[in-house]
Amino acid sequence: MATVEKKPIPLEFEQPLAILAQNMEALEKQLSDNPELEGDLERMQDQYNSLKRSLYSNLRPIDHLAIARHPQRPYTRDYFSTWDPGWVELHGDRKGVDDGAMVGALLEIDGIKMVAVGTQKGRTLRDKQHCNFGMPQPEGYRKALRLFHHANKFHLPILCLIDTPGAYPGLTAEEHNQSQAIAENLMELAGVTVPVVAAVTGEGGSGGALAIGVANRILMLEHSVYSVITPEGCASILWRSNDKVSEACQAMKMTAKEILQLGVIDQVISEPLGGAHHDYQTAAENLKKAIVAQMTELLKLTPEQVRKDRQDKFRRFGSFR
Amino acid sequence: MEELEEMDLKDWFASRQKRKEIQEVIKQPLTTDEYCALWKQCFQCRELLYTRDLRTNLDVCPKCDYHFRVGALDRIEQLADEGSFDELDADMRSSDPLTFFDTEAYVKRQDEATRKSGLREAVLTGLCRIDGHEAALGCMDFGHFGGSMGSVVGEKVTRLTEAALERNSPLIVVSSSGGARMQEGILSLMQMAKTSSALKSFADSGNLYISILTEPTFGGVTASFAMLGDFIIAEPGARIGFAGRRVIEQTIRQKLPADFQTAEYLLKHGHVDMVVSRNKLKETLARLIAFHKPAPKVAAEKKVSGEPSAAGRT
Repeated sequence: MATVEKKPIPLEFEQPLAILAQNMEALEKQLSDNPELEGDLERMQDQYNSLKRSLYSNLRPIDHLAIARHPQRPYTRDYFSTWDPGWVELHGDRKGVDDGAMVGALLEIDGIKMVAVGTQKGRTLRDKQHCNFGMPQPEGYRKALRLFHHANKFHLPILCLIDTPGAYPGLTAEEHNQSQAIAENLMELAGVTVPVVAAVTGEGGSGGALAIGVANRILMLEHSVYSVITPEGCASILWRSNDKVSEACQAMKMTAKEILQLGVIDQVISEPLGGAHHDYQTAAENLKKAIVAQMTELLKLTPEQVRKDRQDKFRRFGSFR
Repeated sequence: MEELEEMDLKDWFASRQKRKEIQEVIKQPLTTDEYCALWKQCFQCRELLYTRDLRTNLDVCPKCDYHFRVGALDRIEQLADEGSFDELDADMRSSDPLTFFDTEAYVKRQDEATRKSGLREAVLTGLCRIDGHEAALGCMDFGHFGGSMGSVVGEKVTRLTEAALERNSPLIVVSSSGGARMQEGILSLMQMAKTSSALKSFADSGNLYISILTEPTFGGVTASFAMLGDFIIAEPGARIGFAGRRVIEQTIRQKLPADFQTAEYLLKHGHVDMVVSRNKLKETLARLIAFHKPAPKVAAEKKVSGEPSAAGRT
């Protein structure tokens, strides 16, 4: 698995912590010459720990967004290869294109065989370009759709990992009918008779995320976000200003906890302190446990019950008087 | 040239300036309320049109065939047989699940939208007859909150779909929307899945769904029920797409073709079945519905075998 050997890059709100850590490091270097500094170091360590606790227990929505978008955050391929090192990748929409932003796979997790799809952001610049920064084209959604049909045919449960800023807004994407691709996925995914579990691992950006998110159970990692529009888009439309992103994050209620309260998702998966990028293994393990538990439950249902369960779930969403 | 010789240079500049000003004024559409009540200026050919004439011509410019935006009430009047429309869920209103506040509270914005449009929500749904054929009809109104889809729009469209399924009648939805309603956050997004899921059951039942796309249809509405029709009909000149033009231009940093995302562009790229002008719309709908009605012969056979038949009515 491609673990991050490098130290996690500190985010803006983590700067005080990073400075403290730097000072501690400098102090440690001097320790061999001046043993009397040990008391200082201990004090500093205490300070560091208490600051860390208070920092991560009082995260603002925009901080969650920053963690969700962290460049070292584990991506779909990282999860797949941790869970099943022998996973098989499936390419192409069978109509002319293989979209790098959508990964298709056959996985076996804890003895459960499943078809998995997930959006993939890139790590290096080249990789990012290949993955279109995690924004699928219509062909990506058609690839996913093909795999949904495959899963339905062979009675394999479906797993969807969501980490995308949204569907790609481009000329060719419109020409190839992005909206139809998303709409068809919504409709077809609602109708499959195998269990579907979706997990938002990073950003859940609007229709581009929902197109692989019509699931019996929806999970979200602790620091992931899920929203109807990017906070930047919301800020520019409603506040007509680009520096109101924090307000937009707050107003839209896009963090995992808030969405759980709204009853849209079923479970929030805890992450290692500071975010999944601090410890890939633990994050992957936590998510795996939840997925396996949900799948096991759903696999007890008959095909008709599974479909009804999913359709009933989405039928309930909404708030009106 | 004679004219020029007679006046001095100063006058010439003055008159040139005046001409320019007049042209500027002509370019701007009239905005004063009193004028607009009686007269409307065509956005395309700038012809001044008498509002009453325009209405009798279904809000289409008689000179250049420009299709003005039509509200939900007018649309129903245009499509449904007179007096046949029976509204469903007329009293349903949005609540404020997120207690959303941007520069103004969402609740206040709702009231303002209602005051402006005279509607409770951005869609009107109901059962009606179209040239005698029973149908379930939903019309969106861009004038109410930008036609945005929140919980109520999603719920009303879903209930309409269910009502159509129950009666085995064709479903017709006229879309006109800026997309999902941000003020209801993730719940708005989920309406896309809710409506699509209901349409899946509807499609499985073998009933006909016709989606009509009108100026403008974008975002979450296009990416859900509007693009799922057995037939997709667009109105001439309507702008239809997923992402807005400006967003795309900013993303790809290049100029887009002038006709990008218009109904005609969509037709060229195979996204819609047909572009039908407004005065042919009802006729087209009636034809399509009649074409997909089960043949009366089958119905008669069923009657002989003693089974009650839905197709036998009308």
